[in-house]
Amino acid sequence: MSTGKTTLDITGLKVTIGGREILRGVDLSLQEGRVHGLAGESGSGKTMTGLAVLGLLPHGARATGRIALGGRDLLTLPPRELNKVRGGEVAMVFQDPATSLHPMLSVGRQLTEHMRHHLKLDKREARARAVELLGKVRIPGAEEAYGRFPHQFSGGMRQRIAIAIALACSPRVLIADEPTTALDVTVQAGVLRLLRGLCDELGLAVLLVTHDLGVMSAIADEVSVMKDGLVVETGPRGKVLREPSHAYTRSLLDSLPGETA
Amino acid sequence: MTLEIKDLVVEHRSPGRPVVRAVAGASLTVRPGEVVGLVGESGCGKSTLARAVCGLNPVTEGSITFEGVPVTPLGLRRRTLTGVQMVFQDPYASLNPRRRVGDQIADGLRTARDGETDPADLLERVGLPREFAGRHPHEFSGGQRQRIAIARALAARPRMLIGDEPISALDASAQAQVATLMRDLAVDSGAGLLFISHDLSVVRLIADRIAVMYLGRIVEIGDTAEVWDDPRHPYTQALLRAIPKPDGMGVLPEELTGDVPDPAAPPEGCRFHPRCPFAMDVCRVKEPEPGPVACWLHEPA
Repeated sequence: MSTGKTTLDITGLKVTIGGREILRGVDLSLQEGRVHGLAGESGSGKTMTGLAVLGLLPHGARATGRIALGGRDLLTLPPRELNKVRGGEVAMVFQDPATSLHPMLSVGRQLTEHMRHHLKLDKREARARAVELLGKVRIPGAEEAYGRFPHQFSGGMRQRIAIAIALACSPRVLIADEPTTALDVTVQAGVLRLLRGLCDELGLAVLLVTHDLGVMSAIADEVSVMKDGLVVETGPRGKVLREPSHAYTRSLLDSLPGETA
Repeated sequence: MTLEIKDLVVEHRSPGRPVVRAVAGASLTVRPGEVVGLVGESGCGKSTLARAVCGLNPVTEGSITFEGVPVTPLGLRRRTLTGVQMVFQDPYASLNPRRRVGDQIADGLRTARDGETDPADLLERVGLPREFAGRHPHEFSGGQRQRIAIARALAARPRMLIGDEPISALDASAQAQVATLMRDLAVDSGAGLLFISHDLSVVRLIADRIAVMYLGRIVEIGDTAEVWDDPRHPYTQALLRAIPKPDGMGVLPEELTGDVPDPAAPPEGCRFHPRCPFAMDVCRVKEPEPGPVACWLHEPA
């Protein structure tokens, strides 16, 4: 198995919304510097797992189990404490950068807001770090980009900015929920390369939620497959995608369009 | 029964902005019973082309003829062009939320002067239970709504069906199903299908021919298997290489450097040359002739 240190450990996570069990005991562990892919069809609870880590579950949802991050259980953390974790130690990238970025705030403002809150940086330091981050996610002309607004960027660039925002407070865990689904294939390739590079460079533990097994195969180290709120198969990428042991994984692979059955 | 697009130019004009040539001289033919897939990155003008075919965008230059009759812009009054029907991208926006889906399908039947068919029959054809006709759109999932939108388009007995990214708003598990359904229904009724998508793997699954569009022009067109196995235009090659393969090998897909240029100010010469790995001197000054492959590397001698 993996050699890295476990950063985030989810054990027996159950989520019920309005009496319906959405997650029925999910176990996942994220290692430092590794990408853990979470696959499954819609409604299988992939996104809910990601949201539960950040305490972003919808109203009326009840979560039980344990989400351990550095000796703390995120599920029992009081809201004030949880706020320190969110955006700080655990960050998230959403599917659609057109809606996850604020349209009326400049990129710089969105990049520095939580930095100043979490890291207590002053304006100048925050700005310098923001420009550095923009460079890191390969936005051309980082200095000028700082003052621009989201609508002035293309979809791929926006997603890069969303990733920069997520990375601003040096998180240990990054949850990426379908980060490339809204992008063109050519742009997707760039964003995937960026994510992989950042994960290796910064030692991030990444939870990559995606339905695209091609994306999964490209950057995930470990792959978990979910069905009806349960993880049915977990293992190294090569094994799960090449010799799936669970019938459901096999049917997912077989249903891919255009692939040799 | 053929749809013919000849040297089509469509411009978007907005005050205070330069004129944007969304489609800059594209030619395409869709024959009855044939499925043509139109692919390209976002902003390349594929949706504008589809809208022009339905008369939703005015034609600036060139011509679109359907069964020999030119397509005229859609007016406020009764439309004559009922042989072409469109399925839109977002089924959450294209269905009327306040009307029962059966009534909306009946609109299509009325257009075809068909008093006998029951809307429920059409629901059955798209794989939904008959009793759903009495429900409202909010009671359905995205995939079911898109099926309803397809049923509504088919109700008008189209001889040409246009799908403008009909699957991109759907979940992955529903995408292939809906795409195959569209293909089967169109081909069974003898209609042509122009299927627009940025997802090459789905287009490969259902299309007879693939047309690749870049910045308002069709750069390569050919049989699906040919284009897929032996792409000749550098842009097509880059598009295909960018698709990650689910082989479990952990190979990162290749990136196509640079962004799509602004269609308001396309580059001189071949539109693809700033991003092309094989760009030659001629590419910077002269635009290649449109053909099966619009590229100086493959110029017919």
